[in-house]
Amino acid sequence: MIRAGLIACLVFAACSAPPEEAGTPVRDPLPDDIKRSGTAFLQPDTRALQADDFANPGFLWIDRGEKLFRAGVDGSKACAACHGEDGADLVGAAAHYPQVDAASGELVNIEGRINQCREQHQSLPPLDYESDDLLALTAYVSHLSRGEPVSVDVSGPAARYYEMGRDYFFTRRGQLNLACSQCHNEHWGEKLRGDTISQGHGNAFPAYRLEWQTLGSLHRRLNDCDEGVRAEPMPLGSDTYKAVELYLAKRAEGLPIETPGVRR
Amino acid sequence: MRAVSWAMAAGLLLAAACGYETGQRLTEPVTIDGDAIPAPLGGETGDAARGKAVFTDREQGHCVLCHAVAGLDAEFQGNVGPPLTGLGDRLTPGQIRLRIADAQRIWPQTVMPSYYRTGGLNQVGEAYRGEPALSARQIEDLVAWLSTLKTQDGEE
Ligand code: HEC
Ligand code: HEC
Repeated sequence: MIRAGLIACLVFAACSAPPEEAGTPVRDPLPDDIKRSGTAFLQPDTRALQADDFANPGFLWIDRGEKLFRAGVDGSKACAACHGEDGADLVGAAAHYPQVDAASGELVNIEGRINQCREQHQSLPPLDYESDDLLALTAYVSHLSRGEPVSVDVSGPAARYYEMGRDYFFTRRGQLNLACSQCHNEHWGEKLRGDTISQGHGNAFPAYRLEWQTLGSLHRRLNDCDEGVRAEPMPLGSDTYKAVELYLAKRAEGLPIETPGVRR
Repeated sequence: MRAVSWAMAAGLLLAAACGYETGQRLTEPVTIDGDAIPAPLGGETGDAARGKAVFTDREQGHCVLCHAVAGLDAEFQGNVGPPLTGLGDRLTPGQIRLRIADAQRIWPQTVMPSYYRTGGLNQVGEAYRGEPALSARQIEDLVAWLSTLKTQDGEE
């Protein structure tokens, strides 16, 4: 009887811990005093492209976003009708996303909030994740917070999403069995072939990636990192990636929003 | 005796309850001797020329992502891992084999992937499930090439 109980305990203890305790990445946070935006790791020409508002290709989307923001579609109210002609009421807002929507209890990022406005206030269908229109509006709204320090609330109902994102960040995955933390906490500043590994902050997104030849969301970047380790990526806009986005935002706290970033 | 069989039973139970098999970390069972796998994987015979290609090709090992070899004709060699210049002087073929097949057995926290591992992994992409990152032959080719690297070949 005692033995059976013992075995059950053993089974329970061994299964609640991953099969390989020893290989589990250390969960040390990135120290505050070394926190640096991804921009610091760019080649000088890429950094110069980001810094020049006339040459930065991301501004094609900002301009498009501004037009969409001002224009009512099919007789519906324009975003500007509620948020000010030049988005004045939204200055600084993006620095506090993702956040938990009080009504639904769900975590929403800027993309989600834009689609919520469309459905609830404009009687318009939601835009597809990664569509040019949603990227343009997201980039425009984020750009209204350029220079604002990232600052998100991870208490109360947001806490469980924060934990979910943190778990994802420190968990090994894929055929190559790597966690986000192993590259972005433990090996930033080192060379992975032609790339200098940055600390993996999301403060410049949506960003124009030369490899994509287009603007892309943070979730698309996360998808690329997951594919890089040959893991099954999560869907763009999924709860998992939104939770990672929240964890990254808390981790990046204090860094200025830089949208639209330019990346290799 | 009784204690031993009890421990075995518990171990079996454990493996079954956790949904993984304890013996299946690597693609095929191998004999590990200290920090080396003395025998070639899958009974393959490595070819150094092919091994050099496995080391640099993006579609194969792509080891230059993290490692540099002085004198190697490949652009942008990484430095996440140590340089492998002169490796043949430092390590035996068996030691090199284990480091490629299962580096995480030697250094559990390492970023170096275990190239012959299929068991105990998480969220593996559909296209890669059940397959090791490199085949026995590719690993033997790498072992053959890396064993030829001698210190005097490189600049340092
Ligand atoms: C094998 C190494 C590796 C792993 C594992 C990895 N990344 Fe990355 N990541 C990179 C490289 C290389 C880049 C491109 C250069 C850069 O900006 O860091 C990058 C870029 C990023 C960026 C964009 C940073 C910027 O300023 O543009 C973010 C955000 C990011 N990664 C987050 C993650 C997250 C979250 C995970 C886990 C789901 C992850 N990464 C896993 C290597 C990795
Ligand atoms: C994502 C990074 C990464 C990749 C890809 C990688 N390695 Fe490594 N490798 C490392 C690190 C880091 C170490 C040092 C072990 C440690 O302390 O973590 C290492 C160690 C080694 C060693 C032992 C070197 C010594 O002097 O003891 C060998 C041999 C080696 N790697 C070969 C390879 C080969 C061959 C490949 C490709 C099939 C490869 N590595 C791919 C990161 C990598």
